[in-house]
Amino acid sequence: MEDMKLIVAPSPHLRDRDTTEKIMFAVLLSLVPAIAASIYFFRWDAVRLILLAAGAAVATEAIFQRVRKKPIMVGDGSALLTGVLLALTVPPSLPSWMVILGAVVAIAIGKQVFGGLGQNPFNPALVGRAFLTASFASAMTAWTVPFDAVTAATPLALGAARSDIPALFFGNVAGSLGETSALAILIGGIYLFYRGVLDYRITVGTLGTVTVFALLAGQDPIFHLLAGSVLFGAVFMATDPVTSPITPLGRWIFGVGIGVIIMVIRLWGGYPEGVTFAILFMNAVTPLLNRWTRPRIYGHGVKANE
Amino acid sequence: MGRIRAFFGGIDDIDSAKQSTAGKPISVLTAPETLVVSLLQHAGAEAKPVVAKGDEVLKGQLIAEADGVISANIHSPVSGKVLAVEPRVHPNRAAVTAIVIENDGEERWVEKNPVTDPVQLSREEILNKIREAGIVGMGGAGFPTAVKLNPPKEARIDYLILNGCECEPYLSADDRLMIEYAEDVILGAKLIAKAANAGAIIIALEDNKPEAYEALKAVAGAIDVVKLPTRYPQGAEKQLIQAVTGREVPTGSLPFAAGCIVNNVGTAWAVAKAVRDGEPLISRVVTVSGETIREPQNFLVPIGTPLEYLLEQAGGFVEAPGKVIVGGPMMGGAQFDLQASVGKTVSGVIALAEAESHTPNVLPCIRCARCVDVCPANLLPLRLEAYGMNEMFDHARDYGVMDCIECGCCTYICPSKRPLLHYIQYAKREIAAIERNSK
Repeated sequence: MEDMKLIVAPSPHLRDRDTTEKIMFAVLLSLVPAIAASIYFFRWDAVRLILLAAGAAVATEAIFQRVRKKPIMVGDGSALLTGVLLALTVPPSLPSWMVILGAVVAIAIGKQVFGGLGQNPFNPALVGRAFLTASFASAMTAWTVPFDAVTAATPLALGAARSDIPALFFGNVAGSLGETSALAILIGGIYLFYRGVLDYRITVGTLGTVTVFALLAGQDPIFHLLAGSVLFGAVFMATDPVTSPITPLGRWIFGVGIGVIIMVIRLWGGYPEGVTFAILFMNAVTPLLNRWTRPRIYGHGVKANE
Repeated sequence: MGRIRAFFGGIDDIDSAKQSTAGKPISVLTAPETLVVSLLQHAGAEAKPVVAKGDEVLKGQLIAEADGVISANIHSPVSGKVLAVEPRVHPNRAAVTAIVIENDGEERWVEKNPVTDPVQLSREEILNKIREAGIVGMGGAGFPTAVKLNPPKEARIDYLILNGCECEPYLSADDRLMIEYAEDVILGAKLIAKAANAGAIIIALEDNKPEAYEALKAVAGAIDVVKLPTRYPQGAEKQLIQAVTGREVPTGSLPFAAGCIVNNVGTAWAVAKAVRDGEPLISRVVTVSGETIREPQNFLVPIGTPLEYLLEQAGGFVEAPGKVIVGGPMMGGAQFDLQASVGKTVSGVIALAEAESHTPNVLPCIRCARCVDVCPANLLPLRLEAYGMNEMFDHARDYGVMDCIECGCCTYICPSKRPLLHYIQYAKREIAAIERNSK
């Protein structure tokens, strides 16, 4: 036993098996139904946009890390995830160079300028999407119906009365690549919840608020949940851990806040949809929410036994 | 008792790894030829030696006495001769003075003064016997028991909670002790309750110890034995008080401020032996386990037994271990030298495989807040880690860093494998030093 080399390190000496890489790939796996639905409905356009956005995001991340003389960490899957998420939120007819530009902006401006993984205040994919919406408004709202790529209005533009709820559920409607099929999103969301990655407080807070708000406004809540980006945003975008609050109460407020802003924009705003801006706005409020919702520490605010 | 509440946070799916030792009876370890009895086996000041090199000692003889109030007596675990009083390697710190004793193998005891009806003794008599026997908290903290049982006069102690949770993975020493020495544990509980003037006695253990539960139930009489859902770190004092009574210990206070006193079941066993049999604390149950141990099991170990000897008695190693931990793998300390010896607070010696022992690569924090969800003190560990790392100690204090109980849940759960507790401990030590200097 004399020559034994023992490793010395601070406690704890056991670690959970889950890792940040596994979490990133779990989210990618949860997007497979939405990706499959997008390819089914929008064919080669879906393949084209997803591959280009993912490739551009990963390349931008690697170039940035190279230039900053940091270790190349694209293997953690986070840039790939951002690229795929961005692609799934753009219209199928978007030109290739635009989606590439969006992915570059998402990683460069949305993430790397802040210091990379874990440092960005705003959801990078939504930064990319907001950039594209602001820069190329017509291309970002040029919706086409599934299969035959004929230009059409989205259900949100049409309104509840003229929309087909089963089609909204399965995704056979005009819309962003990955956002049309509620079914595919729900499958991914349920997987993420059981995998322990999705914080239900944010998703339930957003969807619950949209439901209540729609009912109060005398509108069809099912339509508001299924149309547009609400479901995709509440499941995949708002729950991004980096840009959402760290406290339990903060997450509830964050989710409810997103729901309120979505409905305000939908009912009274100048755009038909407000998910992107709702989430980005609540991202901005996140540091404040964290400060205001600190949990009561054990033993604080309790009196001694008398 | 009403309903059982939960404590904040915690983790319920750590692999308990107890099955390799929990089913086997405690083996009585034959004392080694040489024992190294450290003068620091408790919280507080090192004991003062009262023997010198060359002295003959009897088993159970006082060899070092408490130095001040927060300190503890130490007795010889064997009969034999004092070889040296000199600094020796210690499981938790650099070298500490130890009394090295050569075992003559004759087991010659000092006069023991057993008591036939221990529960009839007065409160002061019990406290004195506990103090003289050198009993300290055997769950790990090592706080002198006689001091703990003597809280300020005005404190009302509603509950004595006996802690049989043993929530650390691998450890089954308390489990076996409760099974095999249930009557001693119950007697110890009664004596402690009398000494501390406690209202009700509650023995709490986790539901992964059904055999111990039944063993205690069979002899508990009117004493409450409660089964809690298994969840780490339920055996932490403050968390156990919350789980059993729903009360919280006010920040910066001791458990009596919540009307509770918590003692480990091993401490109760030691109290029973001291008061009834007149035997000081010179041995304890230790779990020897881990993937690299050939014959994992629990031993009744004489205090002062070197780790190396103890590990050999468990059949040695199947393969070279990566880490040897004294205590449990969540809060215990990794050893660099197996010459260190077993003290009163050593509940386990765990030898982990090399593959399990390397420090994993660290990724940036993704603010998933799993550390927030598991923190039993309801802290924001990711914030505290950042404040510790950036030496922002005022912020760390404002965010409650001094309320951290160092259970390690945050580091355990972190998917980015960040050493959160390490930086939190750094902040705590620096803040404590700043406060000492400003006084």
